[in-house]
Amino acid sequence: MAKLMNARSGGLALLALVMAVSPLGFTNAYYYDVAVGALFNAMICVGLNLLIGYGGQISLGHGAFFALGAYASAIGTSRWGLPPLAALGGGAVLVGLLAFVLARPILRLKGHYLAMATLGIGMIIYIVLKTEAQWTGGPDGMGVDPLALGGFVLATDRHWYWLAAMLLLVVVWLALNLVESPVGRALRAGHGAQIGAEVVGVDTSHYKVLMFVVSAVVASMVGSLFAHKNGFITPDIAGFHRSIELVTMVVLGGMASIYGSVLGAVLLTLLPQVLAGFDDYEAMIFGAIMMGTMIFLPKGLLPSLITQIRKRAGGRS
Amino acid sequence: MAELLQYLFAGLTSGAIYALAGLGFAIIYNASHVINFAQGEFIMIGGMTTATLAAAGVPVPLAALAAMAVTMLVGVALEKFAIEPARDSDVVTIIIITIGASIFLRGAAQVVWDKEFHALAPFSGETPIRVLGATLMPQSLWVVGVAMAMIAGLWWFFNRTLFGKAMLATSFNRLAAQLMGIGVKKVLLVSFALSAALGAVGGIVVTPIAFTNYEAGIMLGLKGFSAAVLGGLGNGMGAVVGGLIVGIAEALGAGYVSSAYKDAIAFVIILVVLFFMPNGLFGKKGVDRV
Repeated sequence: MAKLMNARSGGLALLALVMAVSPLGFTNAYYYDVAVGALFNAMICVGLNLLIGYGGQISLGHGAFFALGAYASAIGTSRWGLPPLAALGGGAVLVGLLAFVLARPILRLKGHYLAMATLGIGMIIYIVLKTEAQWTGGPDGMGVDPLALGGFVLATDRHWYWLAAMLLLVVVWLALNLVESPVGRALRAGHGAQIGAEVVGVDTSHYKVLMFVVSAVVASMVGSLFAHKNGFITPDIAGFHRSIELVTMVVLGGMASIYGSVLGAVLLTLLPQVLAGFDDYEAMIFGAIMMGTMIFLPKGLLPSLITQIRKRAGGRS
Repeated sequence: MAELLQYLFAGLTSGAIYALAGLGFAIIYNASHVINFAQGEFIMIGGMTTATLAAAGVPVPLAALAAMAVTMLVGVALEKFAIEPARDSDVVTIIIITIGASIFLRGAAQVVWDKEFHALAPFSGETPIRVLGATLMPQSLWVVGVAMAMIAGLWWFFNRTLFGKAMLATSFNRLAAQLMGIGVKKVLLVSFALSAALGAVGGIVVTPIAFTNYEAGIMLGLKGFSAAVLGGLGNGMGAVVGGLIVGIAEALGAGYVSSAYKDAIAFVIILVVLFFMPNGLFGKKGVDRV
C-alpha cells in the first residue's frame, strides 16, 4: 500500500482506478455534479500545492485567479463570440501575465505580509468583478453557454465527470514530473534552506515566481471550465472564502503532497454535502473539523496516514 | 470644506474601530507570532452579546461588561484548546486553525442567536452635533473616545506594570523571557484575553452605528489585519496609525472617488505600502530578496 502510494505510476493508476470505479456508486446526476466540483477543486489544489507545499509561499488570493478565468470565458464567449477554447486560453494567458507581474514584488514579502498582500489582491479583483456590472453583470452574476468542443456539446454532468477525471490525471502527472524535475528539486532546496540553496547557485526566487504563475494559470483554466459547466457565475467565486477554502484543502490534504491535495480537495468538497443534514450546526462542525485536523494532524491527512502505515509495516522507509 | 470634514469624521470613526482590531492582532502576534483570523469574531461576539442583553432589559453598562467577560472567555478557550496544542506547527497550519476557529464561532453565533441583524441604541441619543457645517453623531465621539481610552490604558499596561513588561519581554525573546522566570504560557493566555476584550469593546461601541449580525466580524477582522500589517506587525502604535489610515482613506475614497470601491481602496494602499516597505510603515526585519 505504502509503495503504491509512493510510486509515481502506482499512485496515478490508483487514482485512475478510483475515478473509474466511483461512478458505480453514483445513483443520480447530483452525485456527478458534486464529483465534478471535487475534481475541479483537486486540480486547482494540486497547482496551488506547488506554490504552498513546494515553494513554501502562502496565497490567500487564488480564488480570484479562478474567478478571472471563469469571467474570461464568460465574457469572451458570450460577449465577444470567441470559441470556448480561445477564451479559456486567452484567460489563462492574461492571468499568467498578471501573476507574473505581481509575483516579484509580492514574493519578496514573508509569512504574514505575503498572506496580506495575496489577500489584498484577491479582494481587489473580487470588488472589481462585483462593481464593473457592464462587463460582469455585477453581484447578480452572468450566464455562460455550455462548453462545445468541435461540434460536441458537454451537456450532462456525466460528460463533465469524465472530462474532469482525465484532466485531473494530466494535471497530477504534470505536477509529479515537475516536482521530480530539477525545478522541483530546486524548489525543495529553496524551501528547506533558502540561503544554502542560493549559495550553491539555485535562483530560488525565479522558481517561486514560476510556481506562482503555474498555480494561477491552473486555477484560471479550471475557472473557465467551471463557468461553462455551471452555466452561471457570480463574483462570490472570487471572494475571500473561496481562496481560504482552496488553501484549507491543500493544508488539510498535506503540504508538498500531490495526492494529498487530491484527497483534501475531495474530502472538503464532500464535507458540506455530508453536513447538510445538520442544518444550523453545519458551520460549527465544519470549523471544528478544520481545527481538529490541523491540531492532531499538523502535517495533513495523507502524509500522516503514510507515516502511520510505515510504522505499522515495521519502520521500513 | 464641510464635506471634507464630514468624510474625516466618518474615517476617524471607522479608523478607531480598525485600530482596536489591529491592536488585537498585534498583541496576539507579539506574544505568540500567531495571526488570529478569529479577531473579527471577538468584535461580533462583543456586539451581539451586548445587543441581546440590552434588548432583554439589562442596563447597557452592565451588558457591556458581561459581553467583555463572555468574549474574553472565548478568547482564552481559543488559546487553550486550539492554539496551545499546535504551538510548534507551521505558520500556514496555525492560520488554518484560526480560520477554522472563526468559522466555528460564526457557526456558534448562528446557533446561539440567528442570522438577523441586531441593533443597539446609541449611548447618548441621536442628536447630531454641528461642527463647521459638518454633522457629527454623538456615538462617533463614543467610538473615538473609548478607543483612545483603551489605547492609553494599553500603553500604561505595557510600559508601567510588571506583567505588561513581562509580556513585552516575551515578545522580544521568548526563550530569554522564560529563563528570567516569566510564565510564558500565562502571557499567551493573557494576550488572547486582552485581544478578545479589545475586540469586544470595539464591537460594543460600533454596534449602535453599524448594527451587527453573525457575519459582522469578517470584514472588520480583515480591516484590522490590514491595519496591523500596514503599521508593521507587532507594533502597537503602528496598528493604531494603520487603522486610522485605512479608515480615513476609505472614507475619502468613498466620498471623492467611488463608494463601490471603498473597500478596495484600503487594499490598494496596503499593497502599495508593502511593495515599497515590505515590513509595513513601522515594522522591522523579515525582508526577502527576490
